[in-house]
Amino acid sequence: MKTRALLLLMLALPCAHAQVGFDRILNSAKEPQNWLTYSGNLLGQRYSPLTQITPANVKNLEMQWVFQSRSLEKFEATALVVDGVLYTVQAPNDIVAMDAATGRIYWIYPYVPAADARPCCGRVNRGLAIQGDTLFMGTIDAHLIAVDAKSGKPIWNTQVASPGAGYALTHAPLVVKDKVIMGVAGGEYGIRGFIAAYDVKTGKEAWRFNTVPGPGEPGHETWGGDSWKTGGGSIWVTGSYDPDLNLTYWGVGNPGPDWNGDSRPGTNLYTDSVVALDPDTGKLKWYFQFSPHDEFDYDAVQIPVLGEMDWLGQKRKVMFWANRNGFMYVLDRTNGQFLRGKPFAKVTWATGLDDSGKPMRPQSSFSTFEGVNIYPGNQGATNWYSPSFSPHTGLFYIPTWENYSSVFSKAESEYVEGRNYVGGSPRSIIPGTKSAQVLYRTEAEGYGAIRAIDPKTGDKKWDFKMTDVTDSGVLSTASDLVFAGGREGYFFALDAKTGSMLWKAALGGQISAGPMTYSVNGRQYVAINSGSALFTFALKQ
Amino acid sequence: MRLAAIAFTTLLLAAGRLPAQHSFTQDDIDNGLRLYRNTCVVCHGPDGDGVPGTDLGHGKFRHGTTNDDLEKIIMTGLPGTAMPANSFTEREAFSIVLYLRQMAQFSGGSAKPANGDSARGKAIFEGKGGCTNCHRLQGTGSRVGPDLSDIGTLRRAVELERSLLDPNAEVLPQNRYFRAVTKAGTEITGRLLNEDTFSVQLLDTKEHLVNLQKANLKDAAFIDKSAMPSFRDKLTSPEIADVITYLLAQRGFDSK
Repeated sequence: MKTRALLLLMLALPCAHAQVGFDRILNSAKEPQNWLTYSGNLLGQRYSPLTQITPANVKNLEMQWVFQSRSLEKFEATALVVDGVLYTVQAPNDIVAMDAATGRIYWIYPYVPAADARPCCGRVNRGLAIQGDTLFMGTIDAHLIAVDAKSGKPIWNTQVASPGAGYALTHAPLVVKDKVIMGVAGGEYGIRGFIAAYDVKTGKEAWRFNTVPGPGEPGHETWGGDSWKTGGGSIWVTGSYDPDLNLTYWGVGNPGPDWNGDSRPGTNLYTDSVVALDPDTGKLKWYFQFSPHDEFDYDAVQIPVLGEMDWLGQKRKVMFWANRNGFMYVLDRTNGQFLRGKPFAKVTWATGLDDSGKPMRPQSSFSTFEGVNIYPGNQGATNWYSPSFSPHTGLFYIPTWENYSSVFSKAESEYVEGRNYVGGSPRSIIPGTKSAQVLYRTEAEGYGAIRAIDPKTGDKKWDFKMTDVTDSGVLSTASDLVFAGGREGYFFALDAKTGSMLWKAALGGQISAGPMTYSVNGRQYVAINSGSALFTFALKQ
Repeated sequence: MRLAAIAFTTLLLAAGRLPAQHSFTQDDIDNGLRLYRNTCVVCHGPDGDGVPGTDLGHGKFRHGTTNDDLEKIIMTGLPGTAMPANSFTEREAFSIVLYLRQMAQFSGGSAKPANGDSARGKAIFEGKGGCTNCHRLQGTGSRVGPDLSDIGTLRRAVELERSLLDPNAEVLPQNRYFRAVTKAGTEITGRLLNEDTFSVQLLDTKEHLVNLQKANLKDAAFIDKSAMPSFRDKLTSPEIADVITYLLAQRGFDSK
């Protein structure tokens, strides 16, 4: 035993002081003790090879330490863990470095955003990226900042866009090779969205891809008149990367104005689409639009989840995508070919998808000034909440809002820089029944679920049903556990094969983040944010 | 709940006040009522005449007259007055205006019963009507039904009348009755206070705060109908008027 322990120690030591080169991020499966990117790996799977916590012993989880953030904002960040150090973001934009085994703070990088920062939906941040000894963070006043991971001192600070015009950076950046890739949020302010890459050493912009193409750019013809100038196409969830194909995939947000498309005739590319870009040049390789000419705020801001699957007897490199619009898609990620799409929750805005994946719209599904009740509702059948794909079970796990609708109605809206530009106001069919902590729910408002879908068939394998809806991401592990939570403040572990609940903890605050796992000195931890705190669990010793 | 609005629609259209994007449905008016009850009623009162010099249900405003004026005031408030800005969307503000415009049309002609007597109403409320078996008022009576101590600041005569005659016409989600049966066969009914995936929290009919684990229940569901009986055949029309008059006088603990 001693010899083995020594060997392990020797193997671990060089690692403990090494920088996080891109090769380490590429090969993150070889160091499952760390969590090096927002989704745990570049494929966007939120799947961990760690197996110490199992369905048999998960009932022995106990709380280890808690980080109480000094922020009342939703705590949406997924932490990174690098060689025993945990990095997270206290909303809106303070980076905190902690000992991952005890929660003791090493340093805090404080950041005060400019007063004109105005993200639509909370002063939130979803996390960091790391490359070498440098952390990268987007801020709600649209700066991209590089900070030294050891000292917490800033290295460079690049202004990406104008916060006064409604631009904000909220998602965790993605590092690909020597570039850090970031997109802009602001789809409720008539922004013109883009994804851009910045040199990791200098912060200098290397390329920019406009998610709303301008004159001369392909796709510009899908925007009537000058509507492209205020067309939205925000980016607020991290993309994925396939090193074999050298393609990075990003989900693009809603067109602007959100709920009235009259001023933007056309399909409005590349809103509500996934785009596949060359990470070296930003050139578009392919795209697939889920919700053409959207009037329901069906952002395609889901994590592009990459996996392998047998399709008609052949192994295909595919992309799984449970969309806010209620359909679960399987695409060929080499070329964007649509392979399959099926509703994973109640859908009425389309009767189905045609052979090319385009939605078939009944006349009754189009928005009006009077209002029309549509499933899924405005928050979607899912939203930005990270799903998970387990290569071990082959199942895809979706945080789901089921039987949930909104009454969508159009209104006129005029673009004024920095002001809301939304063109309407969806509402619940049963308004005014929820308060912050007490649930007066009615069945008509729908419910939340963690839903397992077999991507080979598109069929539901199991459901873990919750009374309230959920904003939680999902983590799956190689030991066939699924971790998730919900608005009720529970954090729980499910059997990844059956969905049966194996363990739960009442943390008391809404869960608005994805769980992650890591290990320190051979002990596996699971971490989740609830309310404004980060909680960690490990097996009793 | 549906409020008849065809006459009102005609009225508004005839007045030519509505631009094209401001067409609306009954849902908008119902929604306006809910929003009004949740927010505006606190100062403006259930009949819209709670602020001196205004009578929102009868078109008497101190600032602005058109729908656009009123929407703007609802959303941005009136600086220098007690009217605050509100976070309503344009459509919500419009819905409230729609409700205001029809408030007077459907008050039954008079906001309050002509011959009601509050003292007689109190006697009926506490005696023949048996209302305190479920309702609490000024610290007396059961907590199982809604507390009516400030009902006069929240509800109009026409709404109270409907609740007395047709209690099922509107049951607010927070007032629904819930019935649970344990695996051992014990039945518990009461007002649902809160619920999550694993448990329900009730105020039961014995006024106990009860926490039940769903895993221990064999049946748990809302009771569709209101727990309140109709008083259509139990009280005479004058008695109903007395009870309404008594209820309208209930304006909170400090104003007995």
